[in-house]
Amino acid sequence: MFNRRIFLKSSALAMVGVGATPAWLSRALYAQDAPTPRKKVLVAIFQRGAVDGLNVVVPHGEKRYYEMRPTIAIPRPNGTPDTAIDLDGMFGLHPALNALKPIYDAGQLAIIEAVGSPDPTRSHFDAQDYMESGTPGRKATNDGWLNRALPSQSGKLSPVRAISMGAALPRALRGHNDAVAINNLAEFQVKDAPSSMGFESMYGNSADKILNGTGRETFEAVKLMQSIQKQPYNPSNGAKYPGGRLGQSLMQIARLIKSDVGLEVAFTDVGGWDTHVNEVGAKPAQGQLANLLGNFGDSLAAFYNDLGDRIADVTVVTMSEFGRTAKENGNRGTDHGHANVMFAFGGGIKGGKVYGDWPGLDPEQLYENRDLNLTTDFRDVLGELVTRQLGNRNMATVFPGYDQPKFRGLMVG
Amino acid sequence: MRKSLVLALSMLCAAVPAWTTKKKAEVDAKRFQEKLSKEQQVLHALDRLTFGPRTGDVEAVKKMGAKKWIELQLHPEKIAENPALEAKLAPLETLRMTEGETEANYPTPQMIRAVSQGRQPLPDDPVARAAVERLARRFKVKKDEKDAGPMEAAVPLDKLLTQAQIKTLRTGTADQKQEVLAAIPREQIDDIVIAMPPPMRNQLMPIAPESLRRKLLLSNNPLQVVAYDLSEGKLYRAILSNRQLQEQLVDFWYNHFNVFLDKGNDRFMVPSYEREAIRPHVLGHFRDLLESTATAPAMLFYLDNWQSVASDTARRGRGGKQTRGLNENYGRELLELHTLGVDGGYTQKDVTEVARCFTGWTIKNPQAGSAFTYNDRVHDKGEKIVLGVTIPAGGGKDDGEKVLDILARHPSTARFISKKLAQRFVADNPPQALLDRMAKTFLDTNGDIRAVMNTMLTSKEFLSQGAYQSKVKTPFEMIVSSIRATGAQVDYAFPLEDRLRRLGQPLYLKLEPTGYSNANAEWINSAALLERMNFALDLTQNKVQGTKVDQARFNEDPAHTARLMLFTNPSAPTRDAIDKAIADQKTKNPKAPPSPALVAGLVIGSPDFQRR
Repeated sequence: MFNRRIFLKSSALAMVGVGATPAWLSRALYAQDAPTPRKKVLVAIFQRGAVDGLNVVVPHGEKRYYEMRPTIAIPRPNGTPDTAIDLDGMFGLHPALNALKPIYDAGQLAIIEAVGSPDPTRSHFDAQDYMESGTPGRKATNDGWLNRALPSQSGKLSPVRAISMGAALPRALRGHNDAVAINNLAEFQVKDAPSSMGFESMYGNSADKILNGTGRETFEAVKLMQSIQKQPYNPSNGAKYPGGRLGQSLMQIARLIKSDVGLEVAFTDVGGWDTHVNEVGAKPAQGQLANLLGNFGDSLAAFYNDLGDRIADVTVVTMSEFGRTAKENGNRGTDHGHANVMFAFGGGIKGGKVYGDWPGLDPEQLYENRDLNLTTDFRDVLGELVTRQLGNRNMATVFPGYDQPKFRGLMVG
Repeated sequence: MRKSLVLALSMLCAAVPAWTTKKKAEVDAKRFQEKLSKEQQVLHALDRLTFGPRTGDVEAVKKMGAKKWIELQLHPEKIAENPALEAKLAPLETLRMTEGETEANYPTPQMIRAVSQGRQPLPDDPVARAAVERLARRFKVKKDEKDAGPMEAAVPLDKLLTQAQIKTLRTGTADQKQEVLAAIPREQIDDIVIAMPPPMRNQLMPIAPESLRRKLLLSNNPLQVVAYDLSEGKLYRAILSNRQLQEQLVDFWYNHFNVFLDKGNDRFMVPSYEREAIRPHVLGHFRDLLESTATAPAMLFYLDNWQSVASDTARRGRGGKQTRGLNENYGRELLELHTLGVDGGYTQKDVTEVARCFTGWTIKNPQAGSAFTYNDRVHDKGEKIVLGVTIPAGGGKDDGEKVLDILARHPSTARFISKKLAQRFVADNPPQALLDRMAKTFLDTNGDIRAVMNTMLTSKEFLSQGAYQSKVKTPFEMIVSSIRATGAQVDYAFPLEDRLRRLGQPLYLKLEPTGYSNANAEWINSAALLERMNFALDLTQNKVQGTKVDQARFNEDPAHTARLMLFTNPSAPTRDAIDKAIADQKTKNPKAPPSPALVAGLVIGSPDFQRR
């Protein structure tokens, strides 16, 4: 099989001659002399396990919310840390997300309510799969929306256009465009130096078109990664990433963004949201969900602060496979539900606002009599961000079968 | 200047491919007519029918003759199995269990809940019983919100072992640990395993004898034993089996009828699925494979058909909890992935009609994962039209059988299956003339897979320059072939599963029903290539747990070492890079002899070794 994309890349390199690519060339191709030295970046964060959106962004203006959740509802805002942080008189943030309030107030954090996948499944397995493939109801799609979201480009492509933080490439990033799974930037290399030189030489000179092309890219990417790690990394603006995988992943993504190595899309995930039992602790604003949200909000806020003015180039979006039951269950938890909440923040986001039509929580307003109803398809949100942040207007490719997403006006069009 | 160079490069590149692609297609077609030398024929047959040649294989096939050897591989029943493999498979008992037995001995969360509520008895095996008791208690604590205090083992560890022994098990060398384990009286071993804290069990896994390893695993997480047995079984079979083509085909057909191990109850249904639905039929009739997969609990569960009921019988459970109705997942994948192919000429209407035919094909007791059953009460009794064929109203289970009959003898199926086989065994873009002959055999023989394989493997296109070394190894092929080529001794195969995960091909864990890709481009990207190189170094430097390479084998001169593992001469860039690496090493350290592992690592990680 002859892959045109691989050919383009390898021939561009072949022009330069045999051996190591001069450093100036990689810099020139990815950064200073490229048409846009700073790339627009879309970062997607998946909350695996179905986060309880109704306790994340609390509809404190809804009487029914408190009726259906007698022991786990977050109390109405009264300014104390045990109550919701009011946003607009109707909704409030879980108090553990206090680090996100300044971003909301700065007009760079948008919240989308009653959003999710229209597929009725309540299986984590199927729902995550559908949300990552971007094709709800269709199992055989073999690539992911974030891979398809990469704008098509001719000429030299950065080997680190698309990365995920973690050992394996997630469903969302699989597909035709090269994407790299990186557990840790420091591990992205051949383990010993003499062997590394040997491999670089044999792949660089190989007559095998595919292996030669990818081999050259690989060693270029390794050099890029090594070069940006010469100095220890100090987050800017006093940003403090909390412990845990999400914070560490976002810190490495921030580092890549600031290094101008050509990153365009990044993916990371965080688990533990499947709160069937003891979702809350002694008080509703404490316990399992509060701890998870505290780490989540602090990680996001650290990323925002660390990027400083570079946030102008970056959009972050969060999602989870489905929401949870509107009513609490018998174990101070919630079961698998339907619609949920998403966050989008970044320089181009028209934030400081809760988007989406609120369907209400009265019995006849609920989905199948039990869950928050869906009023925004998750592809409406992602489609707008892919179009306006990444400049990829080809929705028929990004979301097959859903080529006219209804933009909510989250970004300036 | 820089800008203009970039511009010039992109213009040049954009201009090139149009004519190159066309020319390349013509060259390719010609190359499928070019014969291989006798030497190449032997290596090629071994590369494609096995998981990579071992020392001595080339000579053995040469002696028998490549064609005769291929014929023999098509008849695995005539090949005596390797006793070393049988010994390795013996302890992997879940591979031989029914779904029910697996569930009873290696319980799922559902069973643990049942035990905690007193609805189900505890397993007999003491280690399994202790694990289930502990998990059931944890479940109960969660449920009741009453902390029943930390789980104490019946007998604490310091009553069973001396402080010195415990210290050795924590911090000793592998040999010291093994010495302590060997000294434990047989009747105490279960109590000791139960009393160990989980981190200690994990630490002992690589050095423990197989029987103890299973106890350690069972005690940490009963269900993990199934995944462990499956991975170990598949790896050992690929590494050791004398019936290599059969193992290739089990891999091929499992992947064709893929089931994802980690979807709920599939966790204990997959062993019997591979053993009973796939393995017996890999060289049999395609219709039998359709029947066995369509009725397999693992497939019914994976593609949701067990829940699919006629629309008019759809019910709401208590509190509107469960809405059930027609589920098209199996119907769609049956057409798109199992038989006709996406361009096979069916419509969405056909998908729905097929799904209606399969309503009522379900699982007797899905939580216990038992057998297939047909439930006539939820079957759609109306008339259906599938691919233009009318299936009259009033039918039963037979409706589904008729669909399988139509699909098994459909020309699109013959073409789709032939192409997929040829893409695996011949080349990513196999020549159309070969596909036509294979499809004809398929139709003429009612889907006899052995006959189709025979048409392919005896064709001139198979033994041609167009096919020779045209495939990039999948991660599984790369890892297994490196073990076979280096003659590595594998005492504990499970750590290789972690390598496969990092390379993007964890076993039995392809989530999508498409199965893993067979195309070269799918497996070559920067991160995966680095992992291949690093695996090559770890393997040859004996840094892969449970696997040992005899480095003395690589003491000869580098060219010999390269031939030892490539079974042919290395390409010039590979040979030059190895020579240079040795020269550099000598310059740096003139007194030390060149490291055999350096050469071996470079060979296994070379572009040459990534091809087959």
